[in-house]
This record gives sequence, C-alpha cells and structure tokens, in this order.
Amino acid sequence: MKNLKLLLAGTVAALAFAGSAAYAARGTDGDLKILFWQAVSTMNPYLSGGTKEVYASSMVIEPLARYDEKGELVPTLVTEIPTVENGGVAKDLMSMTWKIKPGVKWSDGTPFTADDVIFTWKYCIAPDGGCAQAAQYEGVKSVEAPDPQTVKITFTEPKPYPYSAFVGAQSPVIQKKQFENCVGAKAPGCTSANFGPIGTGPFVVKEFKPNDVITLTANTNYRDAAKPAFATVTLKGGGDAASAARAVLETGEYDYAWNMQVEPEILAKMVAAGKGKLETAFGTQVERINLNHYNADPSLGAKRSTKEAGPHPSLSDPAVRRALSLAIDRDIIVEAGYGAAGKATCNIVPAPAAVASTKNDSWCLKQDLAAANKLLDDAGWKKGPDGIRAKNGVKLSYLYATSTNSVRQATQELVKDMWSQIGVGAELRNASASVFFGGDPASPDTFQKFYADVEMYTNNFDGTDPEKYLAEWLCDKVPGPANGWQGQNIPRYCNPAYDKLVGELSKTAELDKRATLAKQLNDMLTEEGAHIPLVHRGSVSSHSLKLAGVKMNAWDSELWNVADWSRAK
Amino acid sequence: MFTYTLRRLLFAIPTLLIISFVIFALLDLAPNDPTGDLPLTIPPEVREQIRASLGLDQPFFFRYLYWLQQFFINEPLNILERMTGWQFGDGNRMRVLSWATRSPVVDLIVQRLPQTLWVVGLAYVFGVLIAVPIGVISAYKQYSIFDQIGTFVSMVGYSVPTFFTGVLLVVIFSSYLQWFPSVYDTNLVVTDFSSFVQQIKQMALPVAVLSLFNASQITRFVRASMLDNLHQDYVRTARAKGVKEKSVLLIHVLRNSLIPVVTVIALGVPTIFSGAIITEQIFRVNGLGQLLIIAVQGADIPLVQTLTFIFAVLIVLFNLIADVLYGILDPRIRYD
Repeated sequence: MKNLKLLLAGTVAALAFAGSAAYAARGTDGDLKILFWQAVSTMNPYLSGGTKEVYASSMVIEPLARYDEKGELVPTLVTEIPTVENGGVAKDLMSMTWKIKPGVKWSDGTPFTADDVIFTWKYCIAPDGGCAQAAQYEGVKSVEAPDPQTVKITFTEPKPYPYSAFVGAQSPVIQKKQFENCVGAKAPGCTSANFGPIGTGPFVVKEFKPNDVITLTANTNYRDAAKPAFATVTLKGGGDAASAARAVLETGEYDYAWNMQVEPEILAKMVAAGKGKLETAFGTQVERINLNHYNADPSLGAKRSTKEAGPHPSLSDPAVRRALSLAIDRDIIVEAGYGAAGKATCNIVPAPAAVASTKNDSWCLKQDLAAANKLLDDAGWKKGPDGIRAKNGVKLSYLYATSTNSVRQATQELVKDMWSQIGVGAELRNASASVFFGGDPASPDTFQKFYADVEMYTNNFDGTDPEKYLAEWLCDKVPGPANGWQGQNIPRYCNPAYDKLVGELSKTAELDKRATLAKQLNDMLTEEGAHIPLVHRGSVSSHSLKLAGVKMNAWDSELWNVADWSRAK
Repeated sequence: MFTYTLRRLLFAIPTLLIISFVIFALLDLAPNDPTGDLPLTIPPEVREQIRASLGLDQPFFFRYLYWLQQFFINEPLNILERMTGWQFGDGNRMRVLSWATRSPVVDLIVQRLPQTLWVVGLAYVFGVLIAVPIGVISAYKQYSIFDQIGTFVSMVGYSVPTFFTGVLLVVIFSSYLQWFPSVYDTNLVVTDFSSFVQQIKQMALPVAVLSLFNASQITRFVRASMLDNLHQDYVRTARAKGVKEKSVLLIHVLRNSLIPVVTVIALGVPTIFSGAIITEQIFRVNGLGQLLIIAVQGADIPLVQTLTFIFAVLIVLFNLIADVLYGILDPRIRYD
C-alpha cells in the first residue's frame, strides 16, 4: 500500500516535470528497496573492512576517483585522473596531484576542500584506530594542500601505480568537521558519526539500525541537480541468499539484492518468474587449490608446514603438481557450483583483460586424465592394491582443507573423484569460515597455518593493478612461527627468479611492460604449480525489471552508480 | 515464602557470576576471530591492528574484569542517568561496545526488543491459547477422532522444524498467493488503520510458524496432565456426588492439571527473549535471535557475552518464578 502510494506520488511528480526536463528530476522515483542478506553493521568503512559496509557506505561517502564497470578510473570529486602525461603524476613517480572539482559540497551544505582529504588520511593512519583500510594508504609519506582545491600526495618510494589512496569505495573521503574528535582510540565511540557520516554522495543517512535496516534520503546538495532519481533508499539486511533472491525475482518486494550465492538451477527457476534478472560482473576473484610446498605430516607437530619440516614428500615433485591440475575438469565444477557466476581459469590474475594471460590455457583448461596418468607413471608413482599411487613408501594421499560452504564441499567431492581416477586419494576437511580465515595464531585450522596438503579458497586484489597481489608469492612472505603466521605466501612457494621479476615490476612504470611482466609472473605460478587455479568467480546480483540504470561493477562498489538508477518506465 | 524467595535471589548472585565467567571463558577459547569475515585483500598486519584496537591484545582475565565493570557498573549507571536526568561523575564511562557495529550493546538490544516481543511473544500467547483447549478436549475424549487429529497435528508441529514450515509458508503465501510479505519491515510504525493492517500482515507468517510450534509442545503437556487427573479418585467422587460434568472437567480437573502446565509455560518465557533465531532469520524480523546469530558468526564477543548473560539472568529468574507460582497454585507445597 505504502509502495503504491509512493509510486503514484512519484508518477504524478514525474508527469509534472515531464514538460520541463528531458530526463527525471531528483527524487521523483519514490523508494528504492535494496536487500543485503548480510546485514550492514556500520556506515564507516574505515572501522569495518567488510564488503557489505563498503558497498552501503558508497552511496553516502565518495572517493576522489572510482572504477567504472570496465575497470577504468573515472573522476568523482576531481576534474581529471592524474597521469604522468597530464603532469598530475611527477616524472620521478614520487608524488601525484589531484585537482578537486569546483563547487562540490558536503550534504550539510559546507564546501568540500582539500583539508577533508588530508584529514581522511590522518584519520586512517592514526595509531590505535585499527583502521581497516590502512593498506590503501601504504607508502604515502604525506598529503598536503597547496590550495583548498588541490591535494598533493607524496610517496615514500617511487609508485609506478599510484592509484590507491582516495581511489575506489574502500577509501572514501570523510568530513573533517564531523570526525575531528573521533581520531585514533576515540574512533569507535563516535557512534552517531559512524552510523551517519556526512558525505558528498547521492544519498544521506536518515536512520541507521545496525545489522537491520538503513533509511536514506536524496542528498539535496548533490553536485548533479537532476540526480538521484530516487527520493529514498531502504537497505534491508538479514536472512539468506536464496530468500533474498526470491524477494527480488519471485515476489518482487525488493528492487535489488546483492550477492546471489545460490545454486545455479534454483536461481534459473526464480528468474523464470519473469520479475527480475541477474547481473554478473567478473573481477579478480579466483577459487584456487593451494599446494603445500612444505611437509604437513601431523607427526611433525608444531613444525609442520614450516621450513623446518622440509619439502613436501610428494607435492615437491613437479610431475605430481602438474598431474593434479591436469586431472581436474574445471567446466564440471563451474557447471555444478557456479553457473553464470564462474568461468574455468588457469590464471591467478584472471582480469583485467590487459594483464590476463592465455599462455597456459592450451594444456591446463581441458581435463586430460591420460596425460596425468602418464606423467605419474613416468615419475615412478605406482598404483598400490588400494588404487592409490605410491613411491618409496610415500603415498599420493592428501588432506584437502577448505572453509564450510555448500559449493566448496561439492567442489571437494568432485575434485576427490577426479583425483581418484589418477590414483590420488583425498581426505576432505572443512572449517567454519570465521575460523579458517580468522588468522588466530592459536588455532590449527587457519588457512595461513595450512596444516593440510592442499587447501581451497578464493582470493582477489583490489583495483586493477596486480603488483601488490603478485608480491604475495615472494620467498619472505611465507607464513611461519617467526612472523606469527602473518605472511600471504600461503603455498610456501619460493623461487628467486620469481622474486627478481617482482622487483622488476615494482620499478616499471610503462603500462605495456607492466602487463607483460604481470603475465609472466602469473604464468610462472601456474606452470610451476604454486597452486591450481580453478574458477574465475564473478559477483552476481539480481534486480527487478522495474529498475533501470544498474551497471554491475566488480572493480568498485556494486552501488557505484546508484545516482543514475531510476524506475523503469 | 518471602524468606525463601530472598534466599533464592541471594543464591542467584554467585550462580550468575559463575555463568558469566564460563560464558566468557568459552567464547575466549573458541577459535573465532572478529577479522575472519573481512575480505582477504586486507593484509595481516592491518588485521593485527584491528584486533589490538578491539582490546584483544589484553590478557584474558583483565578483559573479563573490564567487562564486569562495564556491564554491572557503567551500564546500570547509564540507564539511571537516562531515566532520571541526574549526572554521575563526568558521564564519560566506557560502555559495552559491539565489535562489529562499534555501538553500545545495550542500545542494540533495546532496538531489537520490540519486534522480538511482538512476534515471538505473541506467538507464545497464541500457542498457549490454542494449546489449552485442544489439550483439554483431546484428554477428555481420549482416542476420539478429535484426539487423533490433535495428536497428529501436534506431532507434525513438534517434529517439523521451523526452517521448513517457515520457508513453506513463504513459498505458498508470499511467492505464490502474494497475500503476505516475506520480509518484515522493522521501520513500520502503526499510525492509522492501513499501517495496522500492514503490521498484522507482516506478523502473520512468522507468528503462525512459531504458534504452531509452541502450541504443539504445550498441548502435549496439557493432555498428559489432564489424563493423569481424570483417573483420580476425587473425580469419581465428584461425579458420584452428582456434580455437573462441565464443573468436574473445568473446575476440578482443569485447575489441578494446570499446575505442571503453568510451570512449563513459565520456564518457556525466557525463550521469548532469546528470540527465535531461525524464524527471525527466515522472515528477516531482525530481533534478538538474529542479533545473536550474527554476533556468533562474526565473533562479536562483547555482544554474544552480554546477550547470553541476559538470557542466563532470565532463565534463573523464571525458574524462581515457576517455583514460587507452584507454591501459590498448590497449597500443599510450602517452602518454609
């Protein structure tokens, strides 16, 4: 009833404006109803790094520049993207300068200045603040304001790819006036600011009920007078993915639902109801199986999966690593668990297109049991009476760990079956996601500890530049007791040639050369079997057919262009 | 009776302290981490800083004492300040903050209480109102068709989980017939008749699911208790005296049968506050049950600790109330 009234009001208003404006004016399309099945806890992404918080807050607070649906940088609050060519980035790559658009205002009507940008940086790097996005400001030496419309960022060392601080939904600019007394240890205490940040985005928080529902209204000071088309937004949280999909695709109660992690055939049935459609965007997420290069035998106790344990008795054999990859039929895994939200891949850097390699697709993308069996035969791994191959008393039988998730458990079963066809056994294990990814050094079940022979999960990188990501496979990033299990080189891969190439990448500025190097690094990891890339995962969301303007984006917030959304006429 | 109640209340204090310690220790030992749900793009050193900012780098016992101070001193003082407008000290006390939302836990609970009490509480009331007459008739006409159907329905209601009945009702009444919404709107304020109808509509499905479950349980108790009493000597005496059958049933038998039933109902009241985790999740009622489950999943220890402790308080309290009620209802029972 309420909806209908709003809709009618919207229609009447739209009719009234139809004569004067070519397109809809601000606030004429009523209420936009969004459903996030994982509820939003706070509107301050600096206090919670969760994707849901980053997305929700992107409607209110904005970065200087963001990525569009093709992964290209577009200016938001600035006049242009600084590059070496236009002089915005210094020739020595030690600094960059952003020019703020004239006339940008905060939603409270005060002008947006370079001071706010500087404050945002100080807010995030303040000690004891526990800023979740601190990595975005890594390598930033100082942020200064030569004048109120100019921001100059100086780096500690040359940055060939400088777009990280104030770029993308993870590092939006917050208002100095509002957060001035909320720096460092005082940050969590500022509940009203954290729940209702003043921003430059198309919407303003009206009411925030943590982990439940957010009500937003159109920002009257938004820089485009004709936007947003919707007068209000209701962002409801809670429930599960399948019922969220149902609320958009079957009952039509909601306009947009985020993250449809639902079995492909169930989704297909819901889409058939004809009320909504699915949108998929592919970013950089890759589901992979990491192969442990160190010995993970439980009899080694605390030493397992560390350098002291020595190399893995069978996975250190390149033939075994290659055979394990050859035995997998990635298409079946995609079909069973991912549907339109997955593509078979052999790359750890699957996108953007400029840095995605195709070199290993020929041998790796197709399942080849005969070749895998032959590789193992030639390497001297003979099948025993139980059908499991062995050599010198070492059996090809692996502990296969992952996080608890129905798609992952189904994939585990499929892979186990595929490996059994080449005489490789697998014992399946799963741990709750908050334990597996939790990083508690006291827990034996974390993915960093890797107390298993192989383990499967998804990882990705922010933005479009893979340099920092590829540096995760450096020798000195191997997790172990010495660094409190804090490294990102989970497979414990170590190759001096790889390290050297990463060093080269960090000194190269030309985009073409960077792409070539990134491809080389990616190919090296696949060929040497640091891991087995399985599925390039997309993000899937659903929206009602009555909603227009959705441009699904995997490089930034999915709600990045919510200002352009409107009611389909 | 009074001294008994007082003694029990005093005894509850050490009990609750021990419970709070056990909950805290269990949560601390659990291999859970508040940064576990964050995207892997957030590097380990940043996670370490986040954990430190939450106070996780402090020793266990210190954190426990800190929580005790926040919960038993700071929060009550805060509530008192808000109710009376008086000011104690500088008013700048550290409250129990949730890790996920970074907001005071008590505010979250206050925000969630209305929808939980309305939906889960109403379902409990309905459950009792349905259960008692069905149980009485089932027992009186034992093995009749009514009894058979009643037994069947209550067995189904008791054994079929709410995550099945809930989704079933959504598919039939929301997806197919489109009579009721499948998502509960916590922002809805009842101001006029149409918003009242809206509220009834959105409460219909979750209340129906929970009422069926509650009624099934209580019906069995009522029926069993009635059957026990129907075969007692005093019933035969009453009938022999020529008391009307209606009076025999409703005055003699029912009153005596209700004694154990009242106990069961009183003991069930704390479960109203703990919410209906699954049903709340299905209909997105977002009450206390949903708050608890999100907190458990996200390793939001202060929130889980505070919620479970409040539930513990309620359980201890209603145990006491049940015992006292027993004494009032049955004059044969005296505690002093």
